[in-house]
Amino acid sequence: MNGLIYTFLAIGAVFNALGSVALLRFPDVYTRIHGATKCTTFGSIFSILAVAVYGIVQGGGAGGTMVVRAFLALAFLLLTNPTGSHALARAAHRSGIKPFRAVVDRLEEAQHASPDGHGSEGGR
Amino acid sequence: MRRVAEWVTTAAGAFAVYLLLASFTGSWGVWAPDELIAGAVIALVIGLCTGAYVWKRGGWRLLQPHRWLLFLLYLGGPFFYALVKANLDVAWRVITGRIKPGIVRFNPNLTTDAGRTFLANSITLTPGTLTVDIDETTGDFYVHWINVKDPSPTADDVCGPFPKWARRVAE
Repeated sequence: MNGLIYTFLAIGAVFNALGSVALLRFPDVYTRIHGATKCTTFGSIFSILAVAVYGIVQGGGAGGTMVVRAFLALAFLLLTNPTGSHALARAAHRSGIKPFRAVVDRLEEAQHASPDGHGSEGGR
Repeated sequence: MRRVAEWVTTAAGAFAVYLLLASFTGSWGVWAPDELIAGAVIALVIGLCTGAYVWKRGGWRLLQPHRWLLFLLYLGGPFFYALVKANLDVAWRVITGRIKPGIVRFNPNLTTDAGRTFLANSITLTPGTLTVDIDETTGDFYVHWINVKDPSPTADDVCGPFPKWARRVAE
């Protein structure tokens, strides 16, 4: 069981490290969001799995609490991380940050096609 | 009547989550009585505040239990597989710095808020793709793709089996 915990922790740590490297290496906000939030998510999933396995090994009330709360944390992470990433990316694009070296930018084209921008979302 | 039903279901959902969070805390059953009281009060407040928004536009369908089973199946199967594949792919791109970014548009033909949220969150959680915007009227998705293979892709090119599962689980 200890081996399993260490494996999960190692995978989590490696992906978290890659996420931080991505922050340094990628050129603009969108690609950095790819690197950071995603490698971090995968890293966090495995760290949380390690905690859950540790809780199962411990057993009893304390271990049970650990397992349940670890999986709740995972559920909230899986809900809030993409929402936050999406909000960041949308805000960045709306404030005029162009994707670096983009091959194509359909959103920019769509906004130029209708001069009032996102008229369809006016009521929100 | 509809209002009350909305409040009650939202409060019940919030209370269930609180019960999970506070499990194993007491000797009275598995929950301590003060935890139960605190949870009920918080759930009631959350239900009153958010009940009107949660079930808008076809959200009721999410209460059907077979959708929950399908959702768990999706998380453990196709979604996790795509997550692993894409994580390794992006990890390789981090190391080599080989990227070809761009924002592409496609239309997965989803009509409900729940279905669109489901697909958008799946896309954003998968490394390499990031939902930037959704056109609320036409249902067009604008997705930042780290490796653009095709400037005008179909939904399947970008996110594989996700739209099919979004329709199954949330629509």
